[in-house]
Amino acid sequence: MVRFENVGLRYDMGAEILKDLSFSIAPESFQFLTGPSGAGKTTLLRLMLLSLKPTRGLITLFGRDAATLDKDAVTGLRRRIGVVFQDFRLLDHLTTYENVALPLRVQGREEAGYRAEVVELLRWVGLGERMGAHPPVLSGGEKQRAAIARALIMRPELLLADEPTGNVDPPLARRLLRLFMELHRSGTAVVIATHDLALMDQFSHIRRLVLGDRRLTVYE
Amino acid sequence: MSEAAPEPAAVPRPRREVPLVPAASIAGRALVSVIAIMTFLAALAAGGALLVAGTSRDWQAAVSREATVQVRPMPGRDIDADVARAAEVARAAPGLAAVEPFDKGQAEKLLEPWLGTGLDLGDLPIPRLIVLRLAPGARLDGPALAAALAAALPDATLDDHAAWQGRLSAMADALVGIAGVVVLLVLTALGLAVAFATRGVMAGNREIIGVLHFVGAEDRFIAREFQRHFLRLGLQGAGLGGGLAALAFLVANLVTAHLAGGAGADEVEALFGTFALGPRGYGAIAAIALGTALATGWMSRAIVFRHLRGLG
Ligand SMILES: Nc1ncnc2c1ncn2[C@@H]1O[C@H](COP(=O)(O)OP(=O)(O)OP(=O)(O)O)[C@@H](O)[C@H]1O
Ligand SMILES: [Mg+2]
Repeated sequence: MVRFENVGLRYDMGAEILKDLSFSIAPESFQFLTGPSGAGKTTLLRLMLLSLKPTRGLITLFGRDAATLDKDAVTGLRRRIGVVFQDFRLLDHLTTYENVALPLRVQGREEAGYRAEVVELLRWVGLGERMGAHPPVLSGGEKQRAAIARALIMRPELLLADEPTGNVDPPLARRLLRLFMELHRSGTAVVIATHDLALMDQFSHIRRLVLGDRRLTVYE
Repeated sequence: MSEAAPEPAAVPRPRREVPLVPAASIAGRALVSVIAIMTFLAALAAGGALLVAGTSRDWQAAVSREATVQVRPMPGRDIDADVARAAEVARAAPGLAAVEPFDKGQAEKLLEPWLGTGLDLGDLPIPRLIVLRLAPGARLDGPALAAALAAALPDATLDDHAAWQGRLSAMADALVGIAGVVVLLVLTALGLAVAFATRGVMAGNREIIGVLHFVGAEDRFIAREFQRHFLRLGLQGAGLGGGLAALAFLVANLVTAHLAGGAGADEVEALFGTFALGPRGYGAIAAIALGTALATGWMSRAIVFRHLRGLG
């Protein structure tokens, strides 16, 4: 589903942040992406999202060479990927409901056609009472769940989540993680970037991609 | 921001979709003001040009319905006989509804404002006038009549106001031309302002554009959202500016009607008529406003597209 071969990346003229990465992500798999702060987790996710171009190496996404894709193709692939950003990136002037519905709206779909679906998902992540609230009045954990709901609404084939438990207490973190597990069981490949070791230790049997010293080590 | 009311298990009611580009922003308000001012100026210039052109047409129509024959007194000739003869020649010309020679008394009366009453003008060599009025729709063949007069009399000349008319229409054309240039300049400035404002709004909404890209929006979709945003701003600004301009003409019309006959009113009326713009004038203002709003939306769409392509 995602394959990296000898991928290297540097920002502008700076030093290489990622060096010689080779790994792949299988359909319907579940993995943590971890490493110390500043190791390049967010950078690696951006590479998978095609929002950064690698300086070296080959990235294959859904069987297609990322370097050869035109803009429309990139948009098409992005519609198959759900992302939860570390800083949420909710639109402040839209309500929670409208934020979560955004991926459907940008495809030109009628609001009446997806309303029930969005409401159901919001209830599922525990935001049923906060649908009309705007992000600035949401708590950190509520924003996090809104961002997760927005990533899930399209039923993506691949979910990339950047520190999705960074702003919540441990019980809620576990609940969110179970939510990702459920999603994974329903057929979505999931990549969760985190440096929450305690959390990962509760799911010790899970595959880990560990970034350190600019390189990636995979623990199956 | 108000605390959103909790919606107990409520499914959001269907409602109009909130624009994805936030409606209220400082850059947006500034743009509405700029568009309003520019539209106002363009509409004033265009309305003024229409008034001048209309008045000049009225004048020319009025002036060309009349011509005069002037008979100068010459030593050794009987001026009364010459006037009668010139009138006879004029009556033979086609297209004339009336030929009215002024007699001596009338000629003196004409000069009264300059020379005062009670003077004995009897011995002064005063030229005599014959007023020719054209039949409705007819045109006077000036050169032919002038030639006929010259053949019949040595001391009669025709003034068909051609030179005066030419200068008048040249002047009106110049005014209309200047107004056209003003409209063009204003619209160019407006275009530049819109271009800058579009870039400003794009920069201010970079976050939103990024999010839209990540949730799978095509450039076309994003450009349409921005176009809608700018069209809305354009309509607000142009409506305001065009409305104020129309109001200005309406008020000027009422004021001149009120002052009619007062000092200075004649001069103003001579140049602009009565400020009565008429449906065509107000239509032109509406067209300028609408055109401005549409151009604003269209232009920003083009700029947004270029910007998005640059984002790669
Ligand atoms: N746009 C950028 N331009 C230049 N350098 C950048 C940019 N984004 C990130 N970096 C640098 O790249 C390195 C990796 O950053 P990245 O955000 O990928 O780390 P991270 O593993 O996600 O860290 P954290 O756990 O704190 O989120 C950092 O040294 C950072 O300063
Ligand atoms: Mg990060």
